[in-house]
Amino acid sequence: MESTPAVEQARAVLTGGLGPALKRSDAPAFGCFPVYSPFELFRAAGLLPVGLMGAGGQIDIVHADARFQSFVCSIAKSSLELAFQKRLQGMEGAVFHSICDVARNLASVFKRNFPAMHIEYIHLPQNSAGPEVEDYLVSEYRRVMAGLEARLGRRVEDAAVSAAIREYNRPRRLMRELYAMRTKEPERINSSELFMLVRAGTMLPPDEHSRILEAAKLEFAARKTKRMDRVRVVIEGAFCEQPPVGLLETLEGAGCYLVEDDFCAGWRWFTQDVPEGPDPVRQLARAWLENGRATSTRFDPERPRHKALVRRVRETGAQAVIFMPAKFCEPALFDYVLYRREMEKENIPHLMVEFEEKMWTFERTRGEVETFVESLLFD
Amino acid sequence: MAEYATAVHEASRKAMTAWYDRLAAAAKSGAPSAYTMISGNCVEILRAFDIEPVFPEVNALQLAIRKQSLPLILKAEEMGYSSDNCAYVKADAGFTFAGGVGKDGKIPTPSFILCNFVGCNVYIKWFEHSAEFLGVPLTMIDVPFVRSDRPTDGDVRYVVSQLNKLIAECERVTGKKFDIDRLREVCRLSAKAEDGWQKCKDLCKATPSPMDAYFDAINLMGPINVLRGTQDAVDFFDVAVKEYEGLVAGKKGPLPQEKFRIVVEGPPPYPFYRQFRDLFAAWGAVAVQSTYSTVGGIWEFGFRHDPKRPLESIAEQMLMENLCNRSLLDRYKQIRRYVDEWKADALVIHSVKSCRLFSAGQGDMRDYFANELGVPTLLVESDLEDPRYYAQAMMKNRIDAFFESLAHRKLIKRA
Ligand code: SF4
Ligand code: SF4
Repeated sequence: MESTPAVEQARAVLTGGLGPALKRSDAPAFGCFPVYSPFELFRAAGLLPVGLMGAGGQIDIVHADARFQSFVCSIAKSSLELAFQKRLQGMEGAVFHSICDVARNLASVFKRNFPAMHIEYIHLPQNSAGPEVEDYLVSEYRRVMAGLEARLGRRVEDAAVSAAIREYNRPRRLMRELYAMRTKEPERINSSELFMLVRAGTMLPPDEHSRILEAAKLEFAARKTKRMDRVRVVIEGAFCEQPPVGLLETLEGAGCYLVEDDFCAGWRWFTQDVPEGPDPVRQLARAWLENGRATSTRFDPERPRHKALVRRVRETGAQAVIFMPAKFCEPALFDYVLYRREMEKENIPHLMVEFEEKMWTFERTRGEVETFVESLLFD
Repeated sequence: MAEYATAVHEASRKAMTAWYDRLAAAAKSGAPSAYTMISGNCVEILRAFDIEPVFPEVNALQLAIRKQSLPLILKAEEMGYSSDNCAYVKADAGFTFAGGVGKDGKIPTPSFILCNFVGCNVYIKWFEHSAEFLGVPLTMIDVPFVRSDRPTDGDVRYVVSQLNKLIAECERVTGKKFDIDRLREVCRLSAKAEDGWQKCKDLCKATPSPMDAYFDAINLMGPINVLRGTQDAVDFFDVAVKEYEGLVAGKKGPLPQEKFRIVVEGPPPYPFYRQFRDLFAAWGAVAVQSTYSTVGGIWEFGFRHDPKRPLESIAEQMLMENLCNRSLLDRYKQIRRYVDEWKADALVIHSVKSCRLFSAGQGDMRDYFANELGVPTLLVESDLEDPRYYAQAMMKNRIDAFFESLAHRKLIKRA
C-alpha cells in the first residue's frame, strides 16, 4: 500500500523529534511524561504540551545509566538522557504522574539535576469515582494551575481551560474516527501509519495535528484496498514506552491486522469528547474518572482492566491478543498475569512480545508471531 | 555477640510468634482479618475493630530469611509473573497457590483486603491479584503522594473520607459499630510505642551505638507495625528502651568495637541476611540509622498518632510521616539528617532489583551524596527476596574495597 502525504508529514514530524517543538516562538514546550496528562491545563497557561516519551533508539545513553539501574525501563533513562545531553533546552518544565515507582522517582531526579525546569508531579487518583475522588482531582488540577501561575507570572483562566478542551477534543475525535476506520477495515490503514499519525500529535499544537489527521482520513477513505488473510489482534501493554515503528511493521508483515492498540494511550485517553460546559476544570477531572481508558497504570474497581480487555476483543472482532509490555515495565508485566488468566478463561489466544524503544532487529519476533499466526489461521 | 541485646531479640521473637499464632488460629476459625501493607499503614483502624492485620510483606520476608522463597518465586513465574516483577509479590503468590493461605494454611483467607496505596504502585497490583486469587473484596485507600512540602488540605480531606469508607467496611465485616473512643485509645497506645521507637533510634546517636539500626531494626519493625496500637507493643518498647539504655551506659554495642558508623539505604537481602551482615561486621561497621526501618512510619522526627485527632493523624501518617510516600528528594533530606545528627562516616546504598520504589534513581542519590556532599558512598546491588541476584564474592569485594579506602581516609584525617 502506498503511503500518503499526510502520513509522510507525520513521519517527518517523528523524524524531527522534539527539536522543532522546542524552537517554536508561539508557545514554550512543556514535557508530559506518559501516560495521561491533563494537557489542557498546560495549554491554558500558554504552553505547548509535548510528549516527554523517551528517545527511541536515537541517542546513546551516556549519563542516565549512572542514575538509573539496568533493570529500569528505557523510556525513563532516555528521557533523562535527553535532558543531560541538553536536548530539552527551551522546555519550560515537565510533568510526571502516579503511574509507577520509576516515573515518580524520575520526577525527583529531573528536579534535582535540572533546577531551571518547572517539574510537576500529578497524583492521579487510584480509586473509583465518588464525590470525594472528583473533589480531590479538581483540587489537584487547581494546585497545578496555581503552580503554573506562580512560575509564569500570569493567570491561568478557566476560560482558557475551556478553550483548550475544545482544541484537544478535535484531534482526539479524529483519532477515534481513524481508529474506528481501521477496526472496520484494517486493510485501509497500516498500523504503523496510524501510530505515526497519533505520535505526531505529541509534538504538535492540536490544530496542526488535526489538519494532518483530517487529511489522512480523506486519503485513507480514497484508498483502493484488498483484504488479506490475516489475524485480527488487539495490542495491550504499550501505553507508556513506545515501540519502534519497525516492530509494528513486523507484526503486520507476520500476518496480523492490528484492530486495536494502546499506543500513546494518554493522548487519546477519552472515549468521548470532554464536555465543554461550565467549570471546565471539573469537567476535565470528571472526564478522567468516567470516560478514560482502562489502562495498567490506573486502578478502577468499577472497571477491571482484564474484563475491559475481553470487551475490547469482542467489540473489535479480534481473534487474539498480543501483549506488548515494554521491557522492565512493572505495571504492564504485572497485569499480564491477570490478563492471561482471563484470556484463558475466555478462550482467547494470546502471545507475549516484549519490546524496547531502542530495539532494532525484529527477526526473532517475526518468527514467533508467524508461528502464532499460522497456529490460528490453520487451526 | 551471643549475649548482645538478648532481651530485645527475645521479646520481639515472642511478640511475632504470638501474632503468627493468632493468624494460624484465625485461618482455622475464620475470625476477622485483613490483608494490609506496611508502608504508612493504618493498622489503628483495624485494631479498633479487633480485626487481625495480615502483612503479606512480612510473610514474604520471613520466607526469604528462611530460604524458602525461590521455589515459590519460580512457581509464580510459571503463572506468568516476569523475572522483572517485585519478588515479594511472586513469593506471596507462590505461597498462596502452594496452599499457604486458608483453612489448611498458616495465614487466614482475609475477610477483606485493605490496600493502603502509600507510595508503592506495586501494592495495587499485588492486592488486586490477591483479591482475584482469593475471591475477597478489596478496599482501596488512595493516598496522594507528597508533591510539595506538606500535603494539601484537599489531600487530607480525601484520605479522611476514604478512611470513613474503610470504617464502614470494617463495620460490615465485624458487625460492630464504630467506637471513636476505642480508636482514641488505640492511637494513645500507638503514640506510646512510637515514643519508644524514637528513644531507641535516638540512643543510636551514642558512640558506640547500642544497636545496629539496619540489621537489628527488624526487631523493632515487627512490633511497631504489626502490634502498634496494643499494650503489647508498648511493653515491647519498654523492654527495648531499657536494654539499649543499659548498653549505652555500659558503652556496649552489637560489635566488640565500633569502627565505622554508617547509614544504610534500601531493604536488606533477606535470603542472605547473615552473610551480608557479616561483611560489615568484619570491618566494625555499625548502622546507626537506616531508611528501610521507616517504611511504616518516621517517628524519630517526632510524629505521633493523636488520640484527640485520631482520623486526621492516621491520615497524616499515611500521607507524610513515612518513607514511601515521600519523594526521592525528601529521602535525600532524611538521609542527610541521619548522616549529620547520627554522626555517620558513610552511606551504604543497597539497591534491590525487586523494589523500584527504593531503587529507581539510587544512582542519582549516590551522585548527590558522594559528589555534591562529599559523603563516602557505596552502592551495591542484589535483591530482597530473590536469592538469584546475590553474589557473595562480588559483594565482599565491593564492601572490602570501600572500607579499606574509608579506613585509609580516616587515617589520613587523623594524621
Ligand atoms: S514504561 Fe512502565 S515502568 Fe517505565 S515509566 Fe512507563 S509505566 Fe513506568
Ligand atoms: S516494590 Fe518494594 S515496597 Fe513495593 S511491594 Fe515490592 S518490595 Fe514492597
